[in-house]
Amino acid sequence: MAADSNGIEVEGLVRAFKDVRAVDGIDLAVAPGEIYGFLGPNGAGKSTTVHMLTTLLPPTAGRATVAGFDVVKNGPEVRRAIGAALQEAALDPLLTGRDHMRLQTALHGIPRHERARRSDDLLERVGLTLAADRRVRTYSGGMKRRLDLALALVHRPRLLFLDEPTTGLDPQSRNALWQEVGRLAKEEGVTVFLTTQYLEEADRLAHRVAVLHGGRIVADGTPQELKAAAAAQRLDLTLADRDAYAQVQRVLGDRALHADPAGLTLGVGTDGSAAHLRQLLDEIDPHSALVRTFEVRGATLDDVFLALTGTTAEETAGV
Amino acid sequence: MSELTLTANHLVRAAALPAARGRSTEWTTLIGRCLRLVRRNLDAMITSIMLPVLLMLIFVYLFGGAINTGTAYVTYVVPGVLLLCASFGAAGTAVTVSQDMNGGIVDRFRSLDVRGATLLGGHVVASVARNAVSTALVFGVAFAIGFRPHAGPLDWLGATGVLLMYVLAISWLSAVAGLVARSAEAANGFTFLPMFLPYASSAFVPIDTMPHWLRGFAEYQPITPVIETLRGLLLGTPVGSSWWQALAWCGGLLAVGVTLSGVLFRRRTGS
Repeated sequence: MAADSNGIEVEGLVRAFKDVRAVDGIDLAVAPGEIYGFLGPNGAGKSTTVHMLTTLLPPTAGRATVAGFDVVKNGPEVRRAIGAALQEAALDPLLTGRDHMRLQTALHGIPRHERARRSDDLLERVGLTLAADRRVRTYSGGMKRRLDLALALVHRPRLLFLDEPTTGLDPQSRNALWQEVGRLAKEEGVTVFLTTQYLEEADRLAHRVAVLHGGRIVADGTPQELKAAAAAQRLDLTLADRDAYAQVQRVLGDRALHADPAGLTLGVGTDGSAAHLRQLLDEIDPHSALVRTFEVRGATLDDVFLALTGTTAEETAGV
Repeated sequence: MSELTLTANHLVRAAALPAARGRSTEWTTLIGRCLRLVRRNLDAMITSIMLPVLLMLIFVYLFGGAINTGTAYVTYVVPGVLLLCASFGAAGTAVTVSQDMNGGIVDRFRSLDVRGATLLGGHVVASVARNAVSTALVFGVAFAIGFRPHAGPLDWLGATGVLLMYVLAISWLSAVAGLVARSAEAANGFTFLPMFLPYASSAFVPIDTMPHWLRGFAEYQPITPVIETLRGLLLGTPVGSSWWQALAWCGGLLAVGVTLSGVLFRRRTGS
């Protein structure tokens, strides 16, 4: 990849902590201007990958190029090309938002006369103008994330790393952040590498998604491709009673994409054709005694996640 | 967005990789940050001033009458209180360093190309500044309750130098503790060590009044020569070999602190 590119290329990246391989050989390529979603449950290796790509952690093996620079050999160049908002916004509770901006602009070597204007512009863009002179201790979770994003943008980076940017945010703050990230990619051509455990977030923002599980990428593609690959549609069956539920669950085994014992509902993948639906119903309920109602719906990234990792995102996230 | 605008956009942006900044900006910015944190953290500042002052009053007015040192007790005890104050103030470095190390702030600075030496150095410089203020205040109160030094300008300079060396050494050692501690609370626990060392020295009572087994420790621990040097410089008592012992201790501890903190910082940050 040419040195002027603002993409990411990763080959065989590994990071081991003692005898645990947190990241176990991943390959990926992010095109300039793309929003790349890195999706996985807690402990899948998302943050470890981000730490390697942002040069904070040396890889055990493999190679990674960010903005055309090798993360091991050209650390300083990588750090100047990228902006990073890492997990749990690391801010000084005793300093104000403006103090943080002053610090960040100075450390990025921005000329003294430009610092104040750059800070004001960014604080305004993330909606913190009124809170700029308040101590961060008084900020809400959403305000901290917004300040963190503004800090990551002071040197106009070509590449932005966001590690779980909306974890713990209320829906309104989450929407505002999504909008700003989308705008950055679309209007300013910033490449965004985003980790998340929220399928909705990846679906909504990312042009392409990689699903990470146990330190390996188990699937990648556009959200649509992934959904299509797992199962284009899902057949949800509402069963007559508990016994019927248990019986159908036994028949489906691993094929069950969705299970809701309280609602007596089980979901199974299908291509949506009448022939396949009839075949499924005949197999599951040959005597028309177990299934009360059914519904065919489009698959969600949740289904993809379950099919690929054997767990739901919510279970592993502890929600 | 079409492929064309994407390419054009990223070529324009590629031309402008931000310039690297100088090392002096790194130092001034990090020191400025730590000084600002000191000013904002009034609780800690007040504690680090009030505690030595209160202890001085307690020793002079409550215990002092019963302690026979051959001079007015306030004269005897002030160098000890100064050192207690310096120990306590410098040990606070452990807490501020561990807050940076455990809160992810260290990663922000590393992603800004800030080196460990600058990050820790900023805290040490702030510690020296904090101690300058609290030492001046302790001196002020000491004068008010009857402390009268016999010292020329050179003696004052020497005393300031010895105190500075001591504060630097304890601050860097505290930075080491801050790097080892896994939480700010644990780091706070460390601050008791430099706080209690002065009690088992010649700071508050002459060593020859101590039990035999403690005397050996009190005589050869680093605080005693530092105190005796301060006494000598401020009050004109014989300094003897104390001054070079004090400098050797402080210089040695400083070297250990700087070296160890460098090693530990690299280990903590996995690089």
